[in-house]
This record gives sequence, C-alpha cells and structure tokens, in this order.
Amino acid sequence: MKISGWSLIRLYTILVYVFMFAPIAAVVLLSFNPEQFGSFPMKGFSFRWYIELAQNEAILAAFKNSLILGTLTAFFVTMIGVPAAMAFVRYEFPMKNTLNTLLLTPIMIPEVVLGVALLIFIRWLQQPKSFLLLLIGHVVITLPYVLLVVQARLVGIKREYEEAAMSLGANPFQTFKEITLPLLMPAILAGMLFSFTISFDDVTATLFWATAQNQTVPVKIFGMLRNSISPEINALGTVMIILTVTTPLLAGYLSRKFAKGRPDAQSVK
Amino acid sequence: MEQKSWKPWALLAPSLSAVFFLLVVPVCFIIVYSFWLRAPTGADIPAFQFGNYAKFFEDFFYPSILLRTIRVSLETVALCLIMGYIPAYFFYRTETRYKPALLILIMLPFWISFIIRTLSWINILGETGLINHVLMKIGILNEPLSLLYNEAAVLMGLIQYLLPFMILNIYVSLEGIDKSLLEAARNLGCTEWQAFKEVTLPLSLPGVSAGCLLVFVLTSGTYLPPMILGGPGNDMIANLIFKRVIGTLDWPFGSAISVLLLALLGVIVFTYNRYLGINQIFKSLQSGGE
Repeated sequence: MKISGWSLIRLYTILVYVFMFAPIAAVVLLSFNPEQFGSFPMKGFSFRWYIELAQNEAILAAFKNSLILGTLTAFFVTMIGVPAAMAFVRYEFPMKNTLNTLLLTPIMIPEVVLGVALLIFIRWLQQPKSFLLLLIGHVVITLPYVLLVVQARLVGIKREYEEAAMSLGANPFQTFKEITLPLLMPAILAGMLFSFTISFDDVTATLFWATAQNQTVPVKIFGMLRNSISPEINALGTVMIILTVTTPLLAGYLSRKFAKGRPDAQSVK
Repeated sequence: MEQKSWKPWALLAPSLSAVFFLLVVPVCFIIVYSFWLRAPTGADIPAFQFGNYAKFFEDFFYPSILLRTIRVSLETVALCLIMGYIPAYFFYRTETRYKPALLILIMLPFWISFIIRTLSWINILGETGLINHVLMKIGILNEPLSLLYNEAAVLMGLIQYLLPFMILNIYVSLEGIDKSLLEAARNLGCTEWQAFKEVTLPLSLPGVSAGCLLVFVLTSGTYLPPMILGGPGNDMIANLIFKRVIGTLDWPFGSAISVLLLALLGVIVFTYNRYLGINQIFKSLQSGGE
C-alpha cells in the first residue's frame, strides 16, 4: 500500500516537471532546426540560427544593453541594500518591522503599476525616457530580493570575530576591512547575482521604460514576436537560458569554494 | 545590541530614500493623476473629479475585464495548488541521496527567463506546434486545431510562471515541520494517511495560504501571458493599463485603472496580513534566494 502510494506521488511529480520543462526543451530543440519556420518536424540539425544571431546588430546591441544594465543594477542595489540589511540584522531601532515590510513591498506591487508610476513621475519632472530611468527602475524592482537574500546570510555571521579584532587593537575601519567585509563577501555576491538575473530577465516594467535606443534582450524578443515564433527567437532563448541557468549554478559552486576554510561563512546557509 | 542610535538610520538612509522617492512618491502621483482630466488635444489638465472612475464603471466593458482578472487569478491559484502540493510533498519526503540535486529543480524555473517560458508554449500549442504535429502525423486530425489565443493557453503560461512560487512556499513550510511529530503520530498507531491528514497537512497550511496569496497577487498584475498567449478576449487588467498608457496615452484614465488594481490588491493583502501575517511569504522567498 505504502509503496504504491509513494510511486503515485513520484509519478505525479515527474508529470508536473515534464509539463514545466517540455516547452523549454522544445525551444532548445527547435533552435537547431535549419528550416525557415521554427516548428516541428525537425529537418536536420544546424547552427544556422546561432550564426544569424551573432550577425544581427540589433540583437547584439540589446545584449550589450542588458549586460550593462544588469551589472550597474547589481552594483547600485547592493551598495544600498547591504547596509540596509546590516541595519535590520544588527541593530534594534523603533519601527524596525514596519520599515522592513515597507522595503519589501515592491514585491507585491504589480510591475505594470510600477511602470506607469515611474513614467508619470519623470513626465512631471519633464525628463525624457532614458537609460537612467531603466537603471533606477531596476534598482527599485530588485531591492527587496537583495534585502531578503543578504539578510538571510548576515544572520549567520557572528559578532565575536569583530569584537576579537577590536579588542586586539584594530580600529573600526581596519575591523571592517579585514574582518567584516571578507565575511560579508558571499552575501554581497549572492545579492549582486540575484539582482543581475532579475534585471536581465525583466520584461513588463522594462517595456514601459525602454526606448528604441536602449532595448534589452527580453524587450527585443517581445518586439520580434509576431504571429509565430521565428527560429531566431528559439536560438536567442536558448542563449538566454544557458546564461541565466549557468550563472547561479557557477556562483553557488564558487561561493562554496570561496567559503572553504572559513567555518563561519560556511555555516551561513 | 549597539548603543549608537544614529547608526542603523545611516545604514538605512539610502534604501529608504530610494523606496520613498522612486516608489512611494510615484504611486502618490498615480493617485493624483487619476483625478485629472484629459483634454481633447491629449494634454493632461489638473483637476479633481471622478470622471475617470465613472468612465470605468460606465458600462460593462471595463468591469468585465476586472472580473476576468479576478476569475483567472483564482483559477490559477486553484490549478497551482492542485499541481504544486504533491511535488512539494515529494521533495519533502524523498530520501534519495540525490535530494540536493532534486531541490535545484525547485529553483530552476526561476532562473529561466519569464518571456522565454511564456513564448515556449507557442512551440507546443501553435498551429505547427508539437501537439498539432503529432495529432496530424498519426492521422487523428486533418486540419490543425487552434489551441492558442484562448484562456486555456493563457492559463498554461500563468501556471508555468507561478507554479514554482507555490511549490517553494509549500516546500518551505513542510521542511519546517518537526519530523518527530510524524514519528509520534505513527507510534501512536496512525496510518501513513492519517498521519498526513492530522499532522502534516494542517502544519503545512501557512505555506499553502502564503503560496495562494503570492500566486493571486502576481497573477492579477500579470501582463505577458495574456498578451502573448491570449486573444483579444483574454485581456486582463494589466493589458488594459498598458493599452491606455502606452497605446492611447490616456494617462489619467490609465492611472485610475492602476489605482483600482492597487486597491484590490491592497484590500486582499491587508486582510491576509490582518488574519494570517505576511511574513511567511517573505520567509519562502528568502530561502528561495539562497
């Protein structure tokens, strides 16, 4: 009885994950179809669409935009998010819980509303849509996720190391540079990585803010979608999947390697 | 803890000012704009009148989009719950040594671009997609079925987007259950099913309700799946806002619709927080980011 129940549960799980990944597998598979119309059946296997992709100036420009935007977003959001996470983990102050919830609310606000809101705001300031608007918007969208991830990692860093350094005569600046910062590094990297992938993937709000000059890859894909999918979109999708899936896996591996020999940092889940 | 009371505020200042100036203030602007008038020339005229809201409820066209948004969101919640609970339970109970690798499966969909996941359904459901190709090949069909651009296709896209949030929330609350409670139930003579029904299921309900709320909130603001996989009759409220603001540049009316959407979500989130507490959701997202 128990065995059959469990195997049903396992079968159900497998079916759900087939449902989740079959369409994505189809994207990857069809990107190698040399036919003009990217659909079944497969008529051979070729890198034709990847080569066309590499020669498409507009897509390369969008890729460059996305990479710059994601990197700058990751940098700025970590600069403001890590200190805030430290405040919440390390200090007691009035209205702490309220402020924490306030900083997490952007998760609950639909991106469409956020998109309209920022647009109206810069209209009132009489500024044109620009790259700066995209950067500001992406910082707001990613901030709550960075706060959540960094806070979770900070909880595990013990105060004793800093106190030991101080009592051995290090000044606050030295303590921060030699002790706190290295211990913080995995949290900072996790925050940067997370915000980079969110920024790199974002479509809805970005559709409101992007102009013809500063399109990102997802916005470009959205524009290329007409009635049917072209094989070029499948190829571009495959490139994006590989990029956004391998980055966190690689980073997870590196941070584990990075944390080795530092029992304290490693105990941070 | 620390005695210097100015320090946390200095650390918080950049984040708080970013959220205040780039979120709180712009959202206030939407509210103000929703009372403005739109001149026939297209210019916005400052005013205080309820014309934009009256226009929304003038006939059944706009409210029906709001109702459809609520209905589709509830359908998505139900489908994600049906499809998500058992896999979450599987990940919780599995004893294989490949468990860490299996857990990556929970996070994997989050790392795959949302637009790719949405448009990938065109390859499956389209006129030349997988299903039609197979059905015509084995001779069941002569003409391709039109499976795209209807509500079912939109739901496929929505489930693919939101199911991972549901599985993650339920999984996190299941992992929080003390396993000795289960052993105790079994030792006291419960069958496996009774132990699940009396112990595991009730204790997983915080995760279930957090998952339901998150899926509802995210679905009701969603733009992409109805846009890419739906037809003209499947527009949801976010599509309407986009059309009014970017399409016809009717800022005051677009703002009024945004305020209505925010109000709907506000009431739901506030009620939820009042009775169940919102922190469970953040807890799950937190563990998801690691």
